[in-house]
Amino acid sequence: MALTAVDAGEVAVRAVPTGTARPGSDKTARDLAVRGLAKRFGAAEVLKGVDLDITAGCSTALIGANGSGKSTLLRCCLRLLEPSQGSVALLGQEITALRGAPLRRLRARVGFVFQKHNLVPRLSALTNVLHGAQARHGGPRCWYQGLAPRTLRDEAMHCLERVGLADQAGKRADRLSGGQSQRVAIARALMQRPQMVFADEPVASLDPAAGEEVMKLFSDLMREKNVTLFFTSHHLRHALDYADHLVALRGGRKVIDGASSDHDMAALKAIYT
Amino acid sequence: MTPGGPIPAAAAARPTAALPPRFERPGALAFLIYVVALAFFVLAIEGSRISVTGFLEGLPHMGDLFVRMIPPDLSRIAPIGQALLETFQMALVGTALGVALSLPLAVCATSRLSPHPAVYYLARGLISWFRTVPDLVWALFFVVTVGLGPFAGTLALMVDTMGFCGKFFAEAMEETEPGPQEALSALGASRSGVICSAVFPAALPSFINTALFSLEKATRSSVVLGLVGAGGIGIELKVAMDLFEYPTAATIIICIFALVLLVERLSSYLRHRII
Ligand SMILES: Nc1ncnc2c1ncn2[C@@H]1O[C@H](COP(=O)(O)OP(=O)(O)OP(=O)(O)O)[C@@H](O)[C@H]1O
Ligand SMILES: [Mg+2]
Repeated sequence: MALTAVDAGEVAVRAVPTGTARPGSDKTARDLAVRGLAKRFGAAEVLKGVDLDITAGCSTALIGANGSGKSTLLRCCLRLLEPSQGSVALLGQEITALRGAPLRRLRARVGFVFQKHNLVPRLSALTNVLHGAQARHGGPRCWYQGLAPRTLRDEAMHCLERVGLADQAGKRADRLSGGQSQRVAIARALMQRPQMVFADEPVASLDPAAGEEVMKLFSDLMREKNVTLFFTSHHLRHALDYADHLVALRGGRKVIDGASSDHDMAALKAIYT
Repeated sequence: MTPGGPIPAAAAARPTAALPPRFERPGALAFLIYVVALAFFVLAIEGSRISVTGFLEGLPHMGDLFVRMIPPDLSRIAPIGQALLETFQMALVGTALGVALSLPLAVCATSRLSPHPAVYYLARGLISWFRTVPDLVWALFFVVTVGLGPFAGTLALMVDTMGFCGKFFAEAMEETEPGPQEALSALGASRSGVICSAVFPAALPSFINTALFSLEKATRSSVVLGLVGAGGIGIELKVAMDLFEYPTAATIIICIFALVLLVERLSSYLRHRII
């Protein structure tokens, strides 16, 4: 019943706080437009012609069973994986046509939070956050916090404060708990001053309480800065609570695409059968 | 089954399926290879002229040599100390230069980080060439190139270190976790950014360990390099032995032993401190 693809027409875009709105952003701007995206690993066809639009400033959840292609889709959007076919327009630029410095400049404006935080283990939390500025500031300034100018260190510290970890700034990343690590990863994404953030199961490795807390913090930070958020989750509650818009994949095809208020738990559970 | 009663005999558990044989029976080809290898080893014993009687007959000479070395002659301790210092300086500088040059070479020889497959194979080839040519041969080569003296020895140690560190640095970098590197690429970091802020920090303990081993190795090699005129204490030892000045030779050997031991102790201390 609910498995028919709903047109991504009328998406309720939340009120954009005046002052923080990006220049040129309006209610119809698309931060991500995917057309006919296919990805094959050898003979296995993991994505089978996915079309997807994500409205600027909107929060979208991507759900689907294990192996349905969620991570692959996210990776293809940033070209961490090379799409086999189709086009991906990210922040108005066709990412499949870019390489070298232009590709890096585009990636700089897009954060990516992984399931496993992917922090550099032997470096401090502060240095890991500072790495977020690497695309803006080349050279050794952003390799290690000791080499960074005052303004960048201040900004990195501010990002850590935003995720409530100012007191852990000097601690090595591999000595942090899972929840703390994930918050540092979020701070690193904030340091990019992103326009859009991708997150692949950002809280899947956290316990329920920490997961709830980090997901709420993450969502609040993104809303406050009017950042477009595109995240995957196996928590249907998170998808319904934190996303304005829902997309579901099943076997590499899009099966749901619509406002999250139009769907309920029962309908969503059907995609896992 | 009373508590504390006898444990049921394990012999009761007999498998119904047949057990595999204790040893695999080798195939005809494998058997042939074993026979040839054994025959070669027997010939090798013959070829190396190993002889128990020769050794036993030589023992008194060894004892004689020891007796004549005692007491060690300390009259030439100042020039010996000077040569020893030079030896260690060669080892230190050769290792430092070698480690510094190994880093870019090893990056090129790491499949994930190499700028181009051609560069990768070139770097791999260069490293194995540096490794397979013995340091004494490098020393002979550099003596011809830059003349007698410690500079030739330092260059030989540098090249030898590049062969050793290049291989192990590249291996350490291959083994680093790809996750943090992917995260940095995803946020738009350049290749040099990824290498310096994710790969090097992750591989650092291994780098330090390898560099310290390399220093130990270079200290031992630098003693020998003097024999071909590439600087260091080796030449002093050779001259003393050739002139039958055994007490002086004894002093030199003790000094070499002390230096090598000191460097090994220092390196294991640093290893524990830093890692
Ligand atoms: N590098 C790869 N090489 C080959 N096959 C791959 C590769 N990456 C993913 N796949 C396959 O693609 C399919 C989709 O994987 P993907 O990770 O995108 O699923 P997912 O929806 O994220 O699943 P999960 O919920 O478990 O994270 C799986 O069948 C997987 O085996
Ligand atoms: Mg996944």
